[in-house]
Amino acid sequence: MQLSDTTEEADFRRRLREWLGKTLPELPAAPDPSDWPGRRAFDTAWQRRLFDAGYAGIHWPVDAGGRGATPSEHLIFLEETELAGAPYVGANFVGLLHAGPTIATEGTPEQRARFLPPVLRGEEIWCQGFSEPGAGSDLAALRTRAVRDGDAYVVTGSKIWTSHAEVADWCELLVRTDPDAPKHRGITWLAMPMDAPGVTVRPLKTLAGTTEFAELFLDEVRIPVANRLGAENDGWRVTMVTLSFERGTAFASETVACQREVRELARVARANGAWEDLELRRELATLAAEFAALWRLVQWNVSEAAANGVPGAGGSVFKLRFSEARQRLYDVAARVVGGEALLEGAWSAQRLQGLSYTIAAGTSQIQRNIVAQRILGLPRGR
Amino acid sequence: MEFRLTEDQHSLQRALRQVVTDRQPSWQELTEVGLFQLRVPEPEGGLGLGLPEAVLAFEEAGRAVLAGPLVGTEVAAAVLGLDGRAEVVRVPARGPVLVPELPTLDHVLLLHPDDSLAVLPAAAVDAAPAAAVDPDRPLWRLDGTPPPGERTPETRRVAADATLLTAALQVGLASRTVAEAVAYARTREQFGQPIGAFQAVQHLCADMLARAELARVAVYAAAVSGDEVEIAGAKLLADDAAVHGARDCLQVHGGMGFTWEARVHRLLKRAWAWEQAGADRERCLESLATRL
Ligand SMILES: Cc1cc2nc3c(=O)[nH]c(=O)nc-3n(C[C@H](O)[C@H](O)[C@H](O)COP(=O)(O)OP(=O)(O)OC[C@H]3O[C@@H](n4cnc5c(N)ncnc54)[C@H](O)[C@@H]3O)c2cc1C
Repeated sequence: MQLSDTTEEADFRRRLREWLGKTLPELPAAPDPSDWPGRRAFDTAWQRRLFDAGYAGIHWPVDAGGRGATPSEHLIFLEETELAGAPYVGANFVGLLHAGPTIATEGTPEQRARFLPPVLRGEEIWCQGFSEPGAGSDLAALRTRAVRDGDAYVVTGSKIWTSHAEVADWCELLVRTDPDAPKHRGITWLAMPMDAPGVTVRPLKTLAGTTEFAELFLDEVRIPVANRLGAENDGWRVTMVTLSFERGTAFASETVACQREVRELARVARANGAWEDLELRRELATLAAEFAALWRLVQWNVSEAAANGVPGAGGSVFKLRFSEARQRLYDVAARVVGGEALLEGAWSAQRLQGLSYTIAAGTSQIQRNIVAQRILGLPRGR
Repeated sequence: MEFRLTEDQHSLQRALRQVVTDRQPSWQELTEVGLFQLRVPEPEGGLGLGLPEAVLAFEEAGRAVLAGPLVGTEVAAAVLGLDGRAEVVRVPARGPVLVPELPTLDHVLLLHPDDSLAVLPAAAVDAAPAAAVDPDRPLWRLDGTPPPGERTPETRRVAADATLLTAALQVGLASRTVAEAVAYARTREQFGQPIGAFQAVQHLCADMLARAELARVAVYAAAVSGDEVEIAGAKLLADDAAVHGARDCLQVHGGMGFTWEARVHRLLKRAWAWEQAGADRERCLESLATRL
């Protein structure tokens, strides 16, 4: 067991730090969260800088245009960019972390050549059209229908909670191509251009008052068969393949950010007297211990992934503990800042956004089901 | 970075698991497998290994809920070069000073709140037997004022290592509670199905595992870094995983869990005892807060 950098890793870290130190001061101020065109421009410009410096798609394979970095280097990248206060992946999230890796793994040479370079260069934004009004936790129950018509699929249905839909160029879309097959076997993965006729995007206001996600209405949208990834009806497997791409690094930068936020809260608490409250102080101490341990769990999972190809300990264990600890962090923050928590501001925004962490990307209940059934081997109920 | 067990560490883990699984090995056996000599330098007859290896060994000891002055004996040998059976005893903020298994000990390592250490010959310790809740860990109550100690870099190491090794015991114990709960949930049937098929039971077990796994990597990392505050954090999480895990394990066992015959209560009683050993919760929290 070893936690320190190898010589190569230390070298990688040093160069990255130098580059960040030089580049970050040149960035424009971050746009207002409600300014979507501004956010798109900011996020893509950052991606372009990463690309020019050779840091785009750091964990993507070299033949997909990535840097082919080891999981450890990827982790160093996430840690250092977060520590330096670099922009978050933002609107590039789905392209870089889900749709892109899926195409890199399952795509034809033509598909890889068409779709991957624009993601790496920050030219095209992707969104993820999986969830539907009737298919959330039970994603495989999705009903958006695709019917083959010559060299195209004609797609009708609706999607919901689609993050970044307003600024996306492409949507990785899961559709039902065989309504008679068992639910996991009749699904197909399609790349849908967001400007295709028949696509309507209706932004949904979140409880924070912002429009982070949208509803998609699809009315006889024609999507070329050439945009299908993998075989017809093989979309479930195609989609799940990507999960291994993260190799334990999902939420790594957020874990670093939370450690920083705990320290920041301790500073605020010392300044405003909340530190004298024994209970609050100890809650902050507990959170410090948890996030430190969660960071170690990230390092553990990444090391296991580097050796075995898959992360150890189970991503579900991490997701469960991390999302709940993070929500607690913002509840403690509210107590530290007192009445400020009732006013709009950085901590209240975090607290509101935090409410989604136990829901998005698999609810905490679903994570517990996974841990109980797949890791502990408990039987399924009747 | 390569934060995973090496081949040697895996072998050590397997070897120890074999010795302790399903049986309580004698003190002699534990000594022979080198549990107390792991970190003693090779020229002095030890194995010359480090804290990570010691932590792996103590995790197995915790899983087997071994009795005896394990932590003190290891720390006395590794840090102070003392032979014989020893226990680290913290003078708590409140309540009596309790020494486990006093008559079997050679040394008592008495740690004061400021980490000053008094190394006492056990025979000279003035104490009376007290009725302990944990039937496998008899206790003696210290009479009079605890004698003062001194502070050296070594005494701080004694405090930190004792806390870490106790945390390792708790991690092993926490894993044991998960295993026992899952085994029972698979076989006990109600309403025509194993109780483990009920989601309420599944989610209890899932949370138990999540706490145990997080504590485990925290303890491993603290062993690698040796950092005192990281050790405090690891102990905090390990205590929670063990105590909370044992409570949930008892709940999963229903009425059976409330009996003397089922071993579940022994897991909980030991978790409570180890929670107070090394640095207790208050101490860990204050140490973490100081670093913030
Ligand atoms: C901020 C945010 C961004 C999102 N972005 C996207 C996106 O870009 N693309 C996309 O496709 N989706 C996105 N989602 C959707 C997200 O994946 C779903 O919300 C999530 O999977 C839960 O589905 P649901 O909302 O339908 O809730 P439901 O599945 O209806 O769940 C409701 C409640 O029932 C519980 N429940 C359901 N099934 C079980 C079960 N088997 N056992 C125990 N409890 C159960 C759940 O835990 C939950 O508490 C986003 C969601 C959020 C909040």
